[in-house]
Amino acid sequence: METEVMNNGLEVVYKKPSTLTDTPFHYCPGCGHSVVHRVLMEVVEEMGIQENTIGVAPVGCSVFAYHYMNIDMQEAAHGRASAVATGIKRVLPDKFVFSYQGDGDLAAIGTAETIHTVNRGENILMVFINNAIYGMTGGQMAPTTLIEQVTATSPYGRKSEAMGFPLKITELVAQLPGALYVTRQAVHTSGAVRKLKKAVQKAFEYQKVNRGTSFIEVVSNCPSGWKMTPVETISWIEENMFPLYPLGDLKVPKD
Amino acid sequence: MKKLNYKRSEARLMKGNEALAEAAIRAGMDAYFGYPITPQSEVLEYFTKEVPNRSGIVLQAESELAAINMIYGAAGAGARVMTSSSSPGISLMQEGLSYIASAQLPCLVANVVRGGPGLGTIQPSQGDYFQAVKGGGHGDYHLIVLAPASVQEMADFVFEGFRLAEKYRNPALILTDGALGQMMEKVELPEEGSLPKTIPGWATRGKTADRERNYITSLFIQPEKMEMINLNLQKKYKALQDEVDYELIRCDDAEIILAAYGLSARICQKTVEIAREKGLKVGLLRPITVYPFPKKIINELADKAEFFLTVEMNAGQMVEDVALAVNGKCPVHFYGRMGGMIPTPDEVFDKLEDIIKKSAVETQEVAHGN
Repeated sequence: METEVMNNGLEVVYKKPSTLTDTPFHYCPGCGHSVVHRVLMEVVEEMGIQENTIGVAPVGCSVFAYHYMNIDMQEAAHGRASAVATGIKRVLPDKFVFSYQGDGDLAAIGTAETIHTVNRGENILMVFINNAIYGMTGGQMAPTTLIEQVTATSPYGRKSEAMGFPLKITELVAQLPGALYVTRQAVHTSGAVRKLKKAVQKAFEYQKVNRGTSFIEVVSNCPSGWKMTPVETISWIEENMFPLYPLGDLKVPKD
Repeated sequence: MKKLNYKRSEARLMKGNEALAEAAIRAGMDAYFGYPITPQSEVLEYFTKEVPNRSGIVLQAESELAAINMIYGAAGAGARVMTSSSSPGISLMQEGLSYIASAQLPCLVANVVRGGPGLGTIQPSQGDYFQAVKGGGHGDYHLIVLAPASVQEMADFVFEGFRLAEKYRNPALILTDGALGQMMEKVELPEEGSLPKTIPGWATRGKTADRERNYITSLFIQPEKMEMINLNLQKKYKALQDEVDYELIRCDDAEIILAAYGLSARICQKTVEIAREKGLKVGLLRPITVYPFPKKIINELADKAEFFLTVEMNAGQMVEDVALAVNGKCPVHFYGRMGGMIPTPDEVFDKLEDIIKKSAVETQEVAHGN
């Protein structure tokens, strides 16, 4: 591999993919969103599909995803990203289309769209960031918030009797015949990030064969909403999130 | 009334809903996303039968919410797209329409109106006028609203709707009703390929190396920017005034003006005939574009008119726009039926006579100094 050298003589070993814009991420320090953005755009760059990829941004912290991803994008209404992605994919079936949503967007207000998009087997990738909280609006309870987890709208902890249970929507969509590839990944360690990247690569490859929906849940964090340092969030994920949301493939295509 | 120059082929006997759907296919519609609801289910049924053998995409969505957001996606990708529904379903689409209007995407929506409020009735109504012409969803925006009064216009206005939507990058709405959707009439369909299509440069179809990325959004977080977007929208609505269209029937010598759109105008046309037979100089103004509204002609007609009578199948909605346009030059009366009831031409004539009698009494009272 040819080495790239900067003006000051230093060798480039790691750089921003060309599929990310120069706009600095607005995300809180330690937040998983920027890592997932980068992973997605690295794959788009490496596969050489920038000209053929269209993304759909959600409502939530990643509402401005289109400011960072250097591809054509659309900003959807809250919960409707997979319907918007359906509209795009149906009229541009040869393009790579992905939606990007948080837990409130995908698993609360957009539950119907999520289930029906997967059930139709729309040939798209759905990226689902699960950090068990509404980050953008200030740390309210999400459908994936854990039992006893304290949030701005469950100040005494989430009680199942009044507030229901954490929704394992990834397990739910994995049941659907339209789902081709369903996996749960994370970004809390560099190893996890590498695994996520492999999953994203697979999901984009699957769009070439048009056999159903790819669905990737990323168990992520929210240092501001959880009121923790980024380092503290890593152990909190491991101790509290993973028991309920275990990592790994839930459905893989049968060849 | 604008003359539409689309090439026409054979004449057919069709339901309004079917004519609407057939016209959309001929207008080069790329995709239709919809959800069944009475009294417009024939539209979706027609597409699911015809589209697979012809061209385009048809998809029955899981809800009107999903359908309008599929429209947003496909319109943003530069496709010529359409959806249709009836009142309760159109209410569900208001969120999406607000986003589409803000993101300035072209699309066509048909509202085959039924009586409300609530689940209401499946019978025809004009109760959605306010929702259609004043915005409907949140924020300051307007749809381009066309009001057909025949099965022929159900077909023609699909072409006009797409044309105007694409010219102004704005959602267009065909405001019709259950009667026009269900009734059968002769229709001369415009020929396929008579509406040119171009792929817009702003569409999200994949960022090529020769341009910056395209993104479709309705989020402008800085108020300075959001105000600019609003000012541009308002500029567009002002420019839309050039597209005002209306029909005048026997207004040349009219002393009394009936104002009605859509099915009510069909009914009032007959009332004009009844009145003329009895020697009353009655004319009819029929707005064809209810947004933009034909304010100027109404104001001009008010110079000569003794009074206006606005007739609607609702509790009195367009009458507010008529009164604003008349601007106090003469009285503006209203007659309406609600909840799916359709007025008869005689009923409207009776109302007309009532007004004439009452105003005669008032004139006498004034003459006697009472």
